[in-house]
Amino acid sequence: MTQQSEQRVNQAEDLAVKPGEAFDLPPREAARPVEETERRAQQIIAMGGGDWAEVTARRHAEGDDETMVINMGPQHPSTHGVLRLVLELRGEEVISAQPVVGYLHTGIEKSAEFRPWVQGVTFVTRMDYLSPLFNETAYCLAVEKLLDVGAPPRAQALRVLLMELNRVASHLVWLATTGLELGALSVMLYGFREREEILDILEAVTGLRMNHAWVRPAGVSQDLPDGIEDKIRAFMSDMRGKIDEYETLLTRNPIWLERTKGVGYLTPERLVELGVTGPMLRASGLDFDLRKAEPYCGYEQYDFEVPTATGSDAYARYQVRIAEMRESLKIVEQVLDSLPGGPVMLDDPKIGWPARLALGPDGLGNSPEHVRHIMGESMEALIHHFKMVTGGFKVPAGEVYVSVESPRGELGYHVVSDGGNLPYRVHVRDPSFVNLQAVPDMVTGGLIADVIAALSSVDPVLGGVDR
Amino acid sequence: MGTGSGLERLPSGILVTTVEKLANWARKGSLWPATFGLACCAIEMMATGAGRYDLARFGMEVFRASPRQADLMIVAGRVSQKMAPVLRMIYDQMPEPKWVISMGVCATSGGMFNNYAVVQGVDQIVPVDMYVPGCPPRPEMLIDGILKLHEQIKRGEPRTKLVLSGQEG
Amino acid sequence: MSSAEAIQPVLTGLRERFPEAVKEVSGHRGEVTVELRRERLPEVATWLRDHPAARFRHLSDLSGSDYLDREDRLCVDYHLYSFDHNVRLRLKVRVSVEDPHLPSVTSIWPTADWHEREVYDFFGVRFDGHPNLIRILMPEDWRGYPQRKDYPLGGVDVDYIGAHIPPPDTRRYKGGWTST
Repeated sequence: MTQQSEQRVNQAEDLAVKPGEAFDLPPREAARPVEETERRAQQIIAMGGGDWAEVTARRHAEGDDETMVINMGPQHPSTHGVLRLVLELRGEEVISAQPVVGYLHTGIEKSAEFRPWVQGVTFVTRMDYLSPLFNETAYCLAVEKLLDVGAPPRAQALRVLLMELNRVASHLVWLATTGLELGALSVMLYGFREREEILDILEAVTGLRMNHAWVRPAGVSQDLPDGIEDKIRAFMSDMRGKIDEYETLLTRNPIWLERTKGVGYLTPERLVELGVTGPMLRASGLDFDLRKAEPYCGYEQYDFEVPTATGSDAYARYQVRIAEMRESLKIVEQVLDSLPGGPVMLDDPKIGWPARLALGPDGLGNSPEHVRHIMGESMEALIHHFKMVTGGFKVPAGEVYVSVESPRGELGYHVVSDGGNLPYRVHVRDPSFVNLQAVPDMVTGGLIADVIAALSSVDPVLGGVDR
Repeated sequence: MGTGSGLERLPSGILVTTVEKLANWARKGSLWPATFGLACCAIEMMATGAGRYDLARFGMEVFRASPRQADLMIVAGRVSQKMAPVLRMIYDQMPEPKWVISMGVCATSGGMFNNYAVVQGVDQIVPVDMYVPGCPPRPEMLIDGILKLHEQIKRGEPRTKLVLSGQEG
Repeated sequence: MSSAEAIQPVLTGLRERFPEAVKEVSGHRGEVTVELRRERLPEVATWLRDHPAARFRHLSDLSGSDYLDREDRLCVDYHLYSFDHNVRLRLKVRVSVEDPHLPSVTSIWPTADWHEREVYDFFGVRFDGHPNLIRILMPEDWRGYPQRKDYPLGGVDVDYIGAHIPPPDTRRYKGGWTST
């Protein structure tokens, strides 16, 4: 043999699988000793997984090595973001599930203590990134409550309009990702296709597709552009047909029913104990909706229903969310029909954001009238503009708790002010943070495939969970 | 085993250059991303892969869930301190040749979150080939970054070559 | 019944049954806050959950704050909501950094589980009786309690060619420019 071919043969021998390795199932007596497993577990702990050692240690202490501890996530296509689930499995059955969160923690609450009140909007909007307008509105309502002012009626109506459009967009992403995870891939494409239409409208109104920073304390930053009403109405009539399409595809689909009926069942009492709100609670029969119970932004003048279902499983939650999309479109129509005129930002120079934006030949910027006013006509207005933009307004000392009904549940803001121009403490009660606590109850005793279905019926957004 | 294909170990010549060009063209033509969506940018990445801004027409048909089957990692979103070791582990599991796009300002430099919780730029952990700014970048911006990376791959340029005009190294 | 009327029997009942536990009752912007001493917290919480005039079954939020200028720096707020009477109430308990122990309310409102872990993670308040008090959002081996006021924000200096942006907690915002 030549030297090269001999080398090749030796290499092949090195690579050959020896008996007892890899492809042969080792006999039970020769299974890896406990110390080896523990050493490997210690290596994985270095990645931040302390619960792993707990669970494996407990299992070895109980002498039960029929179970398998599996790590689902944090990088996983189906966990709705960076959620880590430490699952203990016996075959396909889930014995215990422990969610580990914190992989997206951004320190937003602490960062907001170092920025003026208006800049807090840009931070909180990135928490629950699928429903940014709800974050902004709740924060601004809390700041307005502390200031003891109200936004103008047109601003309130515009907030409702965009919030309901955002609710539809968020439910569409839920539908798309749930479909993707349960295997209905075309639903994913349909959901994102419809969502693009809504993002077009949001971009026309606020300037951005996501993370808008459009709602400001004491109003909103820009009014509706011309021609947007027709666009919204055209979208609405189109959307109603599309929701019918989704229902035709899914509601009586035997595969969908098999995968979602009976999955993730929790009693209403347990849901209330766990603090769960939103579509999960409404799918168990309790019709608690903050838009009806504690109306804000003028919701009491709109006529809509709160859809409920009685199954309290993943299928019931699907029904509730589809019905909520229809109700949101009803609200959008009523807002458009009854939109009041007037300013969109409070006229108080010490609180209202001073910029009056207008579309000029070189793009969107401060309107020429405003610039002429502050530069030529009124020194006081110039000073107010300068002070507002650099330092911001001061908010009287106190604390409030304001909550809105976001697509996931009760989104609450506990805002504390010490009388200055920076917030003292902003704490966010995110609905996904609380709803995720229901996951262990929901999946224990079920199959591992049901974990995916149950988790997607919770609709968690990890940005809000981890803040 | 050496990195890259066996082509690099053979002596260079006209025939090999053409084969190398073919290999580079093939690599850029079907670059499969690994799912590493973290936060808001992940939603824009999903929208880029969906119907309107279709990524599949550039060869990126499937977002492989397993890093061992992917050659592009698009870090989309803010990387927290807890996530950093996981990011490195996923990057190490990807086989060579691999590329990294850092999507959005949070992955590029920490973004607006200059604090204790966020890693100030994912290039502190993995080498990055293309930075796409934006908060979040529009799908068109992400596609622009991907296409520039495709050009870079096609030209066979060395990894992480910084091209900055007007600055000394 | 408006919320101001609905909350009155609750406050009266609290003052009658737990006179030594209630330190202060205050109201601001239409919200009622009851400051409690930490010793009787579980009994007060059970009474608030179960008594027919109160029925605060929903613990909306459990948030922590750090008031640097006080002796009892750490403050934990419990935001309660009653489905039956549609009324909200805030409970406030203060502890000091030297003795940061509070009884846990997870046996009364199980939703407090993760909330209390978060307050422990960020402020260092130890909840006695909690089933699993470990860090939740920060890495498990993190040292320090990030949201306390004496913990730095921790950013980096950003240097551009010809400009330097200092980290946010060293900028001149504090105090502001407005004189209103």
